[in-house]
Amino acid sequence: MAALYEGFTLCGLVQTQNASDSPIQGIELDGDSDHAVVTDSTRSVTLYKVSDQKPLGSWTVKQGQLLTCPAVFNFQTKEYVVVSDNKVIRVWKDEDLNLDKAFKATVTADVWRVHSAPGGEPVVLFQRGAVRFLDSLLSAPQQPVEDVLSEEEVIRWSTNIVAEEQHFVLFTTEQKGECCLYVQRLNPNTLQKYRLEREDSGASPLSFSASLQDKHLNLLYLYPNGCVYQSVVAARGYVGLEGVQALPRSLRLMVPVGEGELGAASAVALDEAHVAVVGVPHPSARTGKDFLCIWNTNFQTLQAGKEMAGRIHGQVWCYLGKLFVSHGKALSVIPYECQKSSLASALGKLRHTGLAGNAALPHGTSTGRISIKCNCSQRNVKLGVNCVQPQPHQTGPVDEVQREVEALVSRGDAQDLQLSVGQLACHLVARSQAETAFYTPVALAQLVQTQFLCHSVCPGLLLLSLEHKDYFLCQLCLQLFPDIPEVVTCACLKTFISNEVLQTPYSDNFLLPHLKDLDTQQVILFLQYLQFVYLKYSQDVYTQTPGLRSPTMTQIIDWVCLLLDAHFTVLVMAPDAKGLLSNLQSFVKSQVKLFSELGKIESSLQELHKMKLSKDISQYSIEVIELF
Amino acid sequence: MGEFKVHRVRFFDYMPTAIRAMAFNAHTERLALARMDGSVEIFNFTDHYFQEKVIPGKDSRSIESLCWVGGRLFSAGLNGEIAEYDLENLRPKYSLEAYGGPIWTIISNTQGTQLAIGCEDGTVKLFEVLEEHIQFERNLDRQKGRIISLSWHPSGTHIAAGMMDMIRVFDVPTGHAVQRLLVDRGFGGSKSRETVVWSVAFLSDHTVVSGDSAGKVQVWDGHTGTLVKTHLVTKWDVLALSVSKDESSVVAGTSEGTVIQFQFIAPTLHQQQDKEWVRTRTFKNHTHDVRALAEIETAIVSGGMDTHLVVRPLLEKFDEKSHASGLRKIHFPHVIANNINLSCAKKAGLLLFQFPGQLELWRLGDSDEHGKPGDRLPLKRKPEKLLLLKRKGEDHICCSALSSCGGWLAYSTVSSVRIYRLQTDNNNISITKVSKLPKALHSAHQLCFSSDSSKMFAASSQSSVLVIALTQSECKYVHTLKPKSGSRQPIHLMTTSGDGKWLAAANSDCEIHVYNLQKLKLHCIVPVYGSCPSAMGIHPTTNNMTVVHADQQVNTMPSPHIKQYTDWSRKLQKQGLHNVWLDRDTPVTHVTFNSKNPNQVVLHDMHMFCIIDQSLPLPDQKTQFYNQMTLRSLSEQERPSHLHAFKICKTFQDLLCVSLLDDQSLVVVERPLLAITSQLPAPVRQKKFAT
Repeated sequence: MAALYEGFTLCGLVQTQNASDSPIQGIELDGDSDHAVVTDSTRSVTLYKVSDQKPLGSWTVKQGQLLTCPAVFNFQTKEYVVVSDNKVIRVWKDEDLNLDKAFKATVTADVWRVHSAPGGEPVVLFQRGAVRFLDSLLSAPQQPVEDVLSEEEVIRWSTNIVAEEQHFVLFTTEQKGECCLYVQRLNPNTLQKYRLEREDSGASPLSFSASLQDKHLNLLYLYPNGCVYQSVVAARGYVGLEGVQALPRSLRLMVPVGEGELGAASAVALDEAHVAVVGVPHPSARTGKDFLCIWNTNFQTLQAGKEMAGRIHGQVWCYLGKLFVSHGKALSVIPYECQKSSLASALGKLRHTGLAGNAALPHGTSTGRISIKCNCSQRNVKLGVNCVQPQPHQTGPVDEVQREVEALVSRGDAQDLQLSVGQLACHLVARSQAETAFYTPVALAQLVQTQFLCHSVCPGLLLLSLEHKDYFLCQLCLQLFPDIPEVVTCACLKTFISNEVLQTPYSDNFLLPHLKDLDTQQVILFLQYLQFVYLKYSQDVYTQTPGLRSPTMTQIIDWVCLLLDAHFTVLVMAPDAKGLLSNLQSFVKSQVKLFSELGKIESSLQELHKMKLSKDISQYSIEVIELF
Repeated sequence: MGEFKVHRVRFFDYMPTAIRAMAFNAHTERLALARMDGSVEIFNFTDHYFQEKVIPGKDSRSIESLCWVGGRLFSAGLNGEIAEYDLENLRPKYSLEAYGGPIWTIISNTQGTQLAIGCEDGTVKLFEVLEEHIQFERNLDRQKGRIISLSWHPSGTHIAAGMMDMIRVFDVPTGHAVQRLLVDRGFGGSKSRETVVWSVAFLSDHTVVSGDSAGKVQVWDGHTGTLVKTHLVTKWDVLALSVSKDESSVVAGTSEGTVIQFQFIAPTLHQQQDKEWVRTRTFKNHTHDVRALAEIETAIVSGGMDTHLVVRPLLEKFDEKSHASGLRKIHFPHVIANNINLSCAKKAGLLLFQFPGQLELWRLGDSDEHGKPGDRLPLKRKPEKLLLLKRKGEDHICCSALSSCGGWLAYSTVSSVRIYRLQTDNNNISITKVSKLPKALHSAHQLCFSSDSSKMFAASSQSSVLVIALTQSECKYVHTLKPKSGSRQPIHLMTTSGDGKWLAAANSDCEIHVYNLQKLKLHCIVPVYGSCPSAMGIHPTTNNMTVVHADQQVNTMPSPHIKQYTDWSRKLQKQGLHNVWLDRDTPVTHVTFNSKNPNQVVLHDMHMFCIIDQSLPLPDQKTQFYNQMTLRSLSEQERPSHLHAFKICKTFQDLLCVSLLDDQSLVVVERPLLAITSQLPAPVRQKKFAT
């Protein structure tokens, strides 16, 4: 489970002349965990005490000069660093008042970013891809800087990661629609180039976020169609590899995008299971793309959502349990919390032992300067189903309604269909509820299949279909609606059991009380079914393809656990459940045994690991062995 | 059995040198192999690939090519000389200058009457093979450019010669070049570089197969001089070719470390008549250049820069999985490991390491502490290199010995023997060369000292042993022990008994002679066993002799009636050794004993050491052979019922020597293969997937 808490405004934002530009260049940490260094898009750097929402200091460059990179804090020298007019690096201390009197150095090439992180020396990334340590650059500012990137290749995003003796600078570039990731390892310096897989639409990613997890660099990126992909690069890679390698990706999340594509949106990984996305619609609220949502990528469930007033700039930063989001005329700070679901932890899955390196790492993301003109005309389209057209659905017979729906659906003008479909469905449901004789299964199914509906738009639809025992429609709804409340899910369960129910998003805390409503016979049947499905899949677990609409093993196990939690005492008493329970018990026993065996192996494997470590190749030793 | 303190030694940085050439004698089934340092090794393929002879190298000698004529072995090299080897005395018999500059290759005709060499100056020279010598006959037409490779047509009438950018076919009777086959250069940047035809093969049907530096294996029609087929097999060089006896298969060795097989087969099932040379299999058992190659009846033998010899059996030639059908990698010279490279002075805790050019004397470290099994003890004293002794002259050291008291050191090359007196007091070591040596002592195949250091034994020609008496002031010739059998083969193993009464010597004819040193005469011949002894020893207290053979058989004989086997040995022969023991693929190279327990024999091969306890039951085929782990997990009460005689420890790997010192601690000398690999030059760059 994850939650977004009540946020507060850190500061107001200056409106820029160009509306597509974001008003904030960057937010960085300094030595104090409660501080944030905010660089605006023009001339000033402000240091805030976050909990007090109070500026502690502000530094501005002269009129006519422009800050071209977010200010960072050099954790080693306790100084701030910023770049103005691409080429002038300025370094100052907390007590300096005037930025113009601070240390300045002009370098020979345009700087893209200065990056700094605790435990590492600041590095300077040039626009043409070269990387220098700040210290060595400042000691010889006029040193020549080589071009790493080709002529038309431009940097879109960059970050640096410092963990245990390893220092990486990651940056992505774009050239003629092709995106590449560069991983620059420092000390020793190696540069590895990876090509990102092209999205079918040809679109470029809207945002990137990178983190180090379990000795792997995880890159998370969001596309305008709502797909969030993850790519993994080994932190200790084969350094000798040359040339460009393809970077495999896996789809972590499909964020529902509503109408059109995402414009200014951004995704950032919070931990290994949670992603915060800003600039997206809430699936069960309005379709406006002005929400901050936390999704669980393991279960594909929405964990929390918050509407952000005003235009979203597609920028989100994540530092120490707080999300920084610029929207409208304000920069908001929203504390959040991510917890592993109790079931997941009970089952012992998703166990990672090597998270220590991850904890100290601030996640940072911004969309950089990627701006895609989104088609905002949707709002202005007149949704004239009610006023322009005759309205057979209010009074007409079933076949007339059918014709109307067909006409509407076949118009295929996606943009204004969304609202009209919702309204039409609501009307039809309302009429069906009022007139018991009226029910238009085909029309409703067609409406659902447009995929513009969700449960919150037309809450009565699923229950109506259940009432009429229209299982086809039910199935469709379960498949396509992302936001079915747990109580409705249980209602569906009571009437029928399917692959589809198991895959609907749910939260166990909310589901549990509703599950209790099932009667014993239903529970037994359901458990039998789950057991059957489990056995079926456990036989061919490796042949499961992700595209197939089948629940995963973990989903099945989760449901079994939930059901047993809810009904255990009743089941123990029920004589017909005896066989089933003993089956499940023997299954659990075997699982426990397996896990305990695995546990045993784990320790011996660790022992092996230790042995390897201690086995340094010495030239000579005196050892004691025993023979039996 | 108990705990052992083990001195684990890894500071012997012995480095085998690269394999340069090989020649297989199908008649005697012996493989001759030449290394970069000029040494030649002979492997017996009928006896578990046992390395039965080593001819030590020499600084000025370089061998590019080897060639058998009957049982005679010839070599030629870039020093411009042809040499014939004396395989009984393990030295070159003679060598003669060919006057054609560096020689790249030497071949013989199938009749064994002529030798041909390819020279740097562009001549192919023919030599007549005489009874005791070879004699220059004539030159074939001189060409522009060096002759790199040669192949004689089986009929003897033609010779194919690989050169730069071309292949020439000579008519031998007239000496004229009759065909000129132009070899294409490589593509791209290598277009400007001359193509070197590293290897040619002339088949009975006048097909010429060539391998060149542009990575091609090409098939030519030798009658018409036309190219039939080109196989581009590597981006680098094709260095070696070898043809099977029935000419149905050709193998090619490349710089990438691969061996590629081509077979003369019909490409489709329907047209069995239209055969062509088709690339069939690729073997990758090397990391570096494959410089030498031989296709024998059932296997492909290859060697090269990465120093190990690989025997890759062709599985289609075997009906069932057996010992012979397994892949063999021979990393260390077997015989060398026995007595030559290492000597261990048991009383003094000294180790003598022999390199081709020098000897190193080390003193083992020491520790006062005690620990439980698995512990590594803190050192009170580190091991110490006491002495580095460089040899004199060009000839490489072929054997050396250290007396068990640590007071005497001796080494021999093919041309001289040197004996030194060592004196150690506390930290000072002094070395004195014994100046006057008996005339009879001019070279030795093996050296060893008696256990009281009063005598030295030197294995000499025709399986004879010289006995030399050592005193503080001088060393004196005493006697020559001669075998009755009249064998001319060299002695490769020698050992003495603890009481100084017996000396046993084994030769390559598989004979073991036991001499009575008090009477200075032959005592008996040990029953001849069909496989060559790879290690032997005499127990210091009981005088029982243990011999291990190349086929892994272990025999023990009682003293003084060494003519027969002990009861234990007979029981072992009757029951048979465990299959796991027989399937090991490296020979046992040392046998030592526990002086406190007459039942215990310590022996080792490259991958394990074993303590045989003759008081315990023998394992039958159903018994778990490697049972140390099982025994460890059992309780004290259960253990006795699971014990068997072979106690094997595989903790130490790549073993060159295991010995038991007088204080009951073990010395194991490891030479990790990884350390050898890391000293090799970088292999050729290979394109890996997605780079």
